[in-house]
Amino acid sequence: MPIGELFRKNYKYIELTKKNEAGKLEGEEKAVPSIPDDLLIKCPSCSEKLYKEALAENMYCCTACGHHFRINARERLQEIADEGSFEEIDRTMVSVNTLDYPEYEKKIASYQEKSGNYDGVVTGTCSIEGHKVVIGVMDSTFMMGSMGSVVGEKITRAIEMADAEKLPLVIFTASGGARMQEGIMSLMQMAKTSSALKRFSDNGGLYITVITDPTTGGVTASFAMLGDIIIGEKGALIGFAGKRVIEQTIKQKLPDEFQTVEFLLEHGFIDAIAPREELKELLARILSLHQEVQ
Amino acid sequence: MMTIREKEQKIEELNLKISELKLIEENEGIDFQEQIEELNDKIKEIEDLIVKEMTPWDRVLTSREKKRPTALEYIQEIFEDFVELHGDRYFGDDKAIVGGIARIDDFKVTVIGEQKGMNTKDNIYRNFGMPAPEGYRKALRLMKQAEKFNRPIITFIDTPGAFCGVSAEERGQGEAIARNLMEMAGLKVPVISFIIGEGGSGGALAVAVSDKIYMLENSIYGVLSPEGFASILWKDGSRAQEAADVMKITAEDLADLKIIDGIIKEPVGGAHKDFKKVSTSVKEIILSELESLTKLNKSELVNKRYERFRAFGEFKIVE
Repeated sequence: MPIGELFRKNYKYIELTKKNEAGKLEGEEKAVPSIPDDLLIKCPSCSEKLYKEALAENMYCCTACGHHFRINARERLQEIADEGSFEEIDRTMVSVNTLDYPEYEKKIASYQEKSGNYDGVVTGTCSIEGHKVVIGVMDSTFMMGSMGSVVGEKITRAIEMADAEKLPLVIFTASGGARMQEGIMSLMQMAKTSSALKRFSDNGGLYITVITDPTTGGVTASFAMLGDIIIGEKGALIGFAGKRVIEQTIKQKLPDEFQTVEFLLEHGFIDAIAPREELKELLARILSLHQEVQ
Repeated sequence: MMTIREKEQKIEELNLKISELKLIEENEGIDFQEQIEELNDKIKEIEDLIVKEMTPWDRVLTSREKKRPTALEYIQEIFEDFVELHGDRYFGDDKAIVGGIARIDDFKVTVIGEQKGMNTKDNIYRNFGMPAPEGYRKALRLMKQAEKFNRPIITFIDTPGAFCGVSAEERGQGEAIARNLMEMAGLKVPVISFIIGEGGSGGALAVAVSDKIYMLENSIYGVLSPEGFASILWKDGSRAQEAADVMKITAEDLADLKIIDGIIKEPVGGAHKDFKKVSTSVKEIILSELESLTKLNKSELVNKRYERFRAFGEFKIVE
């Protein structure tokens, strides 16, 4: 090196590589692909790449940032019900094409095949740390958990069963709202489930709702908000109107935390919030606090 | 082919001609009886055509017609001694829902109505008939009060839907509607509802968990507005007309599905063309339903209402 260059101020000690938008170094993505893509899943919250198996072991919560991935009804039951305790009811109830809506049967059939369920909610009995309950778990992977006649009827039958057998009722909500393809019958399910809950409540029944991501529309405006105790799963979206609809109405962008369970807790509509890993223990504690002394 | 508006215009023209002829008859003593009858036949013919050709979308438009009588107009016309009662006792007084106590013949009742504006300025004041949570809570307060004093409840439904906005979410729109559905199911007094314009989704249902539900011929009642339905299912709100055809939102469809108990005839063109006649029909129904519903004892009443809503749903069991 010529002596003159030693005194130049812009001498480069290290070479900088350009970063792309995601903050990843160029060329880095190419360095990993020894693992097949379908084994990895990217966290939508922190962009961390996670092994699916490790994610499942962690109750589908991101091991880096704790983001809760949506889970289906069977996965939920596995986490909440004591092993082998779940007994399903009304499993094979299926919808009828009330509006003669084109291709509706086909659509239902394809969701049935994909999910292994017949409609958007799974109901039955199980025990939670030894406490027997009637349980309903909505499934957002089945037509966005939308409520038509089948969801309404199964929820109502679950309520009636809890009433008849004097058991507590636990419902995990996850729904885009009323199912459009079944028209007015979907709307009537809101009145039907709420009427059944009125009877159950008057008879002294305990009803706990767990709000999971996402709960909106006709489900929010009926049985989701009618629990004696309403628990929100951390970070879950809950609202009446869709965010997009409100943004269009007010012509403004809404903040991220708008319509989360945390937002509703602050406004007085939710009793408690728990992360997924603590839900079962919390439910068990509430159930034991309602247990009558024998 | 003429559109409905054109047909209505034609009828107006013909009516004008008839009154001209009548004037000449009077002043000049010439007999036009035959011509007048002919014109009347012509009018009747066009009217029949309008009724026959009316599509669900035409009914949607009629249900939203600016001149369509609103809840307060029915209340003023049908009841006596109406005293409006305001506020939900928690937060405020929603102008999109009105309510109070009144008399109809020998019955003392509680009246609740979803209230649209009667003109543009009034519509802003009434938030276009889109109730806020405090509106539903006001309605519930008045219904509970009715129960305490053993007064039957009459509700008038006319809303595009519950208000969708930041304030409504913050104050629990979902909870407010849900609470009304649940509490109405247990009310120990008769509840009679009339859908007089738009019956928009949960926003309508929240005051319609009733023993008897009637619809005006050109009112609509559905899970969502046709625009909303089209935008959710087809990502295209402009296909609302098509949506109206498949949604089964007309009074006739809903009577077939047994969602409602009866249809109130409207004059051709809509309720505003002969409000006196329409409101008289509504009054007659209120009186005859009150007569029979007040004969039921409280548990019969609540059980019947439960069975009504319990029965809704179409499904099958496979295997």
